[in-house]
Amino acid sequence: MKTELAVIGGGPAGLCAAIEAAQRGVEVTLVDENQRAGGQLFKQIHRFFGSEEHLAGVRGLTIGEMLLEDARKYGVKVALNTVAWGLFSDRQIGVTAPDGVDTLEPQKVVVATGAIENSLSFPGWTLPNVMGAGAAQTMVNVHRVLPGQRVLIVGSGNVGLIVAYQLLQAGAEVTAVVEALPGISGYQVHASKIVRMGVPILCRHTILRALGTECVQKAEIARVDERFNPVPGSERLLDVDLICIAVGLRPLAELCHMAGVRFEYYPALGGHVPLHDSTMQTTLPGVYVAGDVSGIEEASSAMEEGRLAGIAVSVALGKVDPQAGAKDLAEAGRRLRALRLGPYGDDRHEAKEKIVQSCGQGAR
Amino acid sequence: MMENPLLEQSSGVLSYEELRRHPSYPSEERYRKGPIAVIECVEAIPCNPCQTVCHRTVITVGEPITNLPRLIDQEELCNGCGQCVVICPGLAIFIIDKTFSETEAAVTMPYEFLPLPAKGDRIRGVNRAGREVCGGYVHKVRNVKGYDRTVVVTVAVPKEFADEVRFFRRAG
Repeated sequence: MKTELAVIGGGPAGLCAAIEAAQRGVEVTLVDENQRAGGQLFKQIHRFFGSEEHLAGVRGLTIGEMLLEDARKYGVKVALNTVAWGLFSDRQIGVTAPDGVDTLEPQKVVVATGAIENSLSFPGWTLPNVMGAGAAQTMVNVHRVLPGQRVLIVGSGNVGLIVAYQLLQAGAEVTAVVEALPGISGYQVHASKIVRMGVPILCRHTILRALGTECVQKAEIARVDERFNPVPGSERLLDVDLICIAVGLRPLAELCHMAGVRFEYYPALGGHVPLHDSTMQTTLPGVYVAGDVSGIEEASSAMEEGRLAGIAVSVALGKVDPQAGAKDLAEAGRRLRALRLGPYGDDRHEAKEKIVQSCGQGAR
Repeated sequence: MMENPLLEQSSGVLSYEELRRHPSYPSEERYRKGPIAVIECVEAIPCNPCQTVCHRTVITVGEPITNLPRLIDQEELCNGCGQCVVICPGLAIFIIDKTFSETEAAVTMPYEFLPLPAKGDRIRGVNRAGREVCGGYVHKVRNVKGYDRTVVVTVAVPKEFADEVRFFRRAG
């Protein structure tokens, strides 16, 4: 099937790319493997940070509804339950839809496939109810299933802290959050709100093992020294039935690998990321990335990157005057820059600058 | 609910002394004049909805957006309306009224849990470290559609705990 723009992944980045392009007259096909588009927005029941232009103070799930509405309004063709399993160097995309296998032949592609949670291996980690914090968040907030009553969270980044809070909202007890580093990784405000609810955040602590026969019944934690080795004698058994692993995410970038996009390693962005320029175009002409697949950040940045890609595609396809396009790109770039300010954004900003630089160098 | 024995080892507790050092933390003199928003936001996060929502324009973030919000209230314009309490994604703004009664202060906070408390419920005031520190009761529960599921609860506690209580549990 031919289309002007194929967007792979209907999360915040993919939806925004699709909306920006569609409202500029691009014919857009968006494929998403899920039953509903929106990516992780519908489990983000909390209010977003940022400024008014980033929809700060609005809950993620509300933003999800707004984006789906815009996608409908501008005529984005959304193919749900459709897995993109291959991206080839000529931009052909192999997809499996409910009615069979198909090939998309787009003029441009935006890969917005998001991220996957990192795992952590320890004795007992394969027991049922050891799961990613994001998985628990999906179960609770999307499917309304509480997977456990007494929870240990491993990792104090924003995901761990937010999921702790949302598990409390769902009626669970959070026994502890453990963090191997000497300090909390996420925002102080997220830490404050769970600590005042009685959830201890134990820094310099790690999980040693999960115990249980059919399912998690206990977790053993211990203090760690400067080299992250457990301190003998500091072990402690916690009576928990759910262990949530919140130790970061990494880009879900296999399609970019497969197509031959050049990658570099950026720890601040979650690992190996596809190189891209300031309009989100990768080292393969016509292939763009946006959102977590291009480096782990958060939903608001993902939306702005998606907008950059959508505008850039519209310009490249001759749908808008390049000058008007440049102005819109600059605006989106400015909004994106604001989200990377401050101590939590500096490293990401710097890494993204290097990516753009690297992308411009060397053979495409 | 039983207190978690691990709490005493917890990180992440802001001390009152630390918060007080921020230039716009209300003075005792200001507290004597009526309710005021208290912003417990100490990190340079790019975020400013408190500024946007403040009808009386007493909360300022400015540029860059990572500035800490400042409540500049020389003319005592802040009346504790609570819009900032609702909108703050960090749940970090409270309205403190030390003039609530002769012996009690009112602490207003965002609340996102069910079941909702009701006016008159007996409570235990909880401090920033998750510890119950005093008794009290629910004075007001504001559950407005425009608040988008953030309920604003005001509890009355003994005045000497006004700077400590930032959450509550039901008593008994």
